[in-house]
Amino acid sequence: MARHGSIDIRHAAVVGAMNPTSSAGVSLLSMRDICKEFPGVRALDGVTLDLREGEIHALVGENGAGKSTLMKILGGVYPQHQFEGEIRVSDEVKRFKGVRDSEKTGIAVVFQELSLVPELTVGENIFLGREPGSLGVINWNALYARAATLLRELNLDIDPRTKVSGLGMGQQQLVEIAKALSQDARILVLDEPTAALTDTEAEVLFGVLADLRKRGIGIVYVSHRLAEVFRLSDRVTVLRDGKSIVTAATDSLNQQQVIARMVGREISQMFPVVRRAPAEVVLEVKHLSAVDDAVRGRPSLTDVSFSARRGEVLGIAGLMGAGRTELLLSLFGAFPGKVTGEILVGGKPARIASPADAIDLGIGFVTEDRKRSGLVLNQSILFNMTLAALPRLSDWFATDELREIAASRPLFDSLQIKAASLFTAAGTLSGGTQQKVVLAKWLLNKPRVLLLDEPTHGIDIGARQEVYSTIAKLAESGVAVVMVSSELPEVLGLSDRILVLHEGRVSGRFTRDDGTPEAIMACATGTDRHA
Amino acid sequence: MPSRGSSVDSAANPPEKSREERLHRRLPRQTLRSYGMLLALVVLWAIFAFATGGIFITTRNFSNLIRQTAVTGVLAVGMVMVIIAGEIDLSVGSLVGLSGMAAVMVQTVWHWGILPSVLTGVFVGLAVGLVQGWLTAWARVPSFIVTLGGLLAWRGAAQGISSGSTFPIRVESFRAIGQGYLSATAGIVLAAIGVAALIWSVLFRNRARRRHGLAPWSGTGLTLRIIGPSVLTVAFVAALNAYAGVPIPVLILVVIALAGAFVTQNTRFGRHLYAIGGNSEAAKLSGINLRSQVLIAFCILGALSGVAGIIYTARVGSAGPDAGTLLELDAIAACVIGGASLMGGRGTVFGACLGALFMASLDNGMSLKDIPDFIQNIVKGGILVAAVGLDMLGRRRS
Repeated sequence: MARHGSIDIRHAAVVGAMNPTSSAGVSLLSMRDICKEFPGVRALDGVTLDLREGEIHALVGENGAGKSTLMKILGGVYPQHQFEGEIRVSDEVKRFKGVRDSEKTGIAVVFQELSLVPELTVGENIFLGREPGSLGVINWNALYARAATLLRELNLDIDPRTKVSGLGMGQQQLVEIAKALSQDARILVLDEPTAALTDTEAEVLFGVLADLRKRGIGIVYVSHRLAEVFRLSDRVTVLRDGKSIVTAATDSLNQQQVIARMVGREISQMFPVVRRAPAEVVLEVKHLSAVDDAVRGRPSLTDVSFSARRGEVLGIAGLMGAGRTELLLSLFGAFPGKVTGEILVGGKPARIASPADAIDLGIGFVTEDRKRSGLVLNQSILFNMTLAALPRLSDWFATDELREIAASRPLFDSLQIKAASLFTAAGTLSGGTQQKVVLAKWLLNKPRVLLLDEPTHGIDIGARQEVYSTIAKLAESGVAVVMVSSELPEVLGLSDRILVLHEGRVSGRFTRDDGTPEAIMACATGTDRHA
Repeated sequence: MPSRGSSVDSAANPPEKSREERLHRRLPRQTLRSYGMLLALVVLWAIFAFATGGIFITTRNFSNLIRQTAVTGVLAVGMVMVIIAGEIDLSVGSLVGLSGMAAVMVQTVWHWGILPSVLTGVFVGLAVGLVQGWLTAWARVPSFIVTLGGLLAWRGAAQGISSGSTFPIRVESFRAIGQGYLSATAGIVLAAIGVAALIWSVLFRNRARRRHGLAPWSGTGLTLRIIGPSVLTVAFVAALNAYAGVPIPVLILVVIALAGAFVTQNTRFGRHLYAIGGNSEAAKLSGINLRSQVLIAFCILGALSGVAGIIYTARVGSAGPDAGTLLELDAIAACVIGGASLMGGRGTVFGACLGALFMASLDNGMSLKDIPDFIQNIVKGGILVAAVGLDMLGRRRS
């Protein structure tokens, strides 16, 4: 701690000396040597970030680089004792015990998942928990008058008495910002604010942000849309693998340089040697489009075509919200909206209206969120492994536990599932072991096509290697593996071919030989096309 | 992209010796829980036996107690399936009244015999289950609301059909369903068949283990598996025979409970219920048709409510407009005391039946002591909350 302390003092002195008077240079926030560990993963490793008054500071990085974790630390979601490092606000050391502490210091974080209550009005949401009035009786006139003033200050044409559920995503975002300002926030943190917005909505947001900057508010702008970053921000910090790689004036860099710093990672040696000979096409997708009416804005997928062969790994790269998961859901008959286009499995047109249809065609789907959609946590490994294979492991309607054990045990052993027995509850296992159980569940069905969504999400290095070798072996055994991953090294290390999505469209197609991290990232961020 | 990788396989550990053994041993928690449940029941019986100076454990009272369990038990078997799937049914008490009323009305108005009137009762229950299941699974109305509506509507229907009066049973043989006993010989024969079926199934499963390459049970394991349940079966029948024989409603409950246990533990449908209640998203992505399975669970509970309605009516001897009031709460309490979670995904038929026996024991014991109704209600309510509270406490610790 002593060493860190001395660095901080020196740094503060430098900042102070450089800008003694200029208001645009006054340090609002400084985060020093922030480290944060999750079981098995070091999410942040000595990150440093500072923010001045009237500055838009962009924070960029690949998915999983640590941006969200950093924002949660700043917002008080992770209290001080759960991480290392120091946070100073206006040169005062702050120790947040919770979200309230962070808010009191003038920090407002607008997370990607908005925290508005849809069935309450705009005004009610803005003052939620801080309603004006006395003795618990709300003064509605004061509430709506103040809400109207706030909205007017932001030049927003929103009636504070409308329900939030009646607003578009863009307006909801702006209401969140109004809510933050109502708490006299001087530091505004926006996490991927444009992810769900249409272009027009985004323009309104940019206008508001420019106004706020003039008012001296410091904005941390988390985004991986580089075009926006270059248009809006004064400075940019690149995070990679939990480390802050560079902080520089945005004008001093170009997009290519930022991309290089985002991905500049050695491809680690954890990927198995590949000697595969892809054979005939088993999965062919033609002009697939998907629209979910519940989600406003652009369609989830537009005119996506590709094919996958027996014995190959097709990697699907793209940024958050590019439509990768939606693509897998559509192929598995689980997309909540309307899907059009043609899907051929084994050369025959396939009608996939439900997961049951997909399973019958020999498709398996390992979802990203094991706990939410992969496993029944209070049930045994055996229960989970056999859940999708019951029709093949039972006669007519009666199940046969012994037959299930006999079928599951070889996989339990060959995948080296680390558990006391097949009857261990799935919820008690580590992330990596749970992932193996989900893999085993689909392998039991001997799939022709296996869809993987972020197969190594949240699992430790050791288990990762095992997952990688399992994927490679599957492909060798003749399965067509379609793998979505946010980790470029993973995509490049495992895939025979790579498909890049950007805003629901195919923006790049690469082979193992011509794909480079920079080229793929350029397609993923919409800077370039290679299709 | 060059990827020089080390093959991970070479690092594979040789499988441990003890793994084979551990592989087939279940976690003891579930088992412990049912032992705890049995223990609580034994303690309760001991208290009542002491408090009533032994009256509680006479063969006469035991016969009565078991017979009282029948209606709640039959309802609990169906209710636990709906609860495992993460739903609830508040309408079964009213449905017991309506189906019993329907069975008696067809005797009164059209002079139908025993079989058609029984079928009418079951059919009414099934039809209601179908409607409520459809509204829950397809129209997406929460089951709490659908069946709360049912609670009112079916009670109203029963009152409307009867114009508020009570109708006696017309077919005398119908009474036997609620009041009759098997002869001692018939009881012994059934016990013998039960024991034989048990031995056969244990031996069959043991052969199957060998066929699937699993270690067969040891001699003692085999003997215990056969002797334990056999002794219980024989003792149960002997105790009932010592009074008047096995009551017919008890026979019905035993058959339904065995069938219910089979359905929940050994069928795809049963497995699906646990998956849906445990994690409906994972169940859906495993290719399970959530709606049809939920609908079937409601239909089973509806039909069983019809059966319970017939037993209830036959026991009372008539169908009244208020028959079965509040039975839904007894059935739900039985499931919950028996280890089911209202969040779904947990519960067993065996536990629900034990829960029903527990509730019936409370009723029976407190009535023997002439404890006023209002106190009985307070005690039952307190025990229900305490049982779940203790369970949650134990769960949090583990």
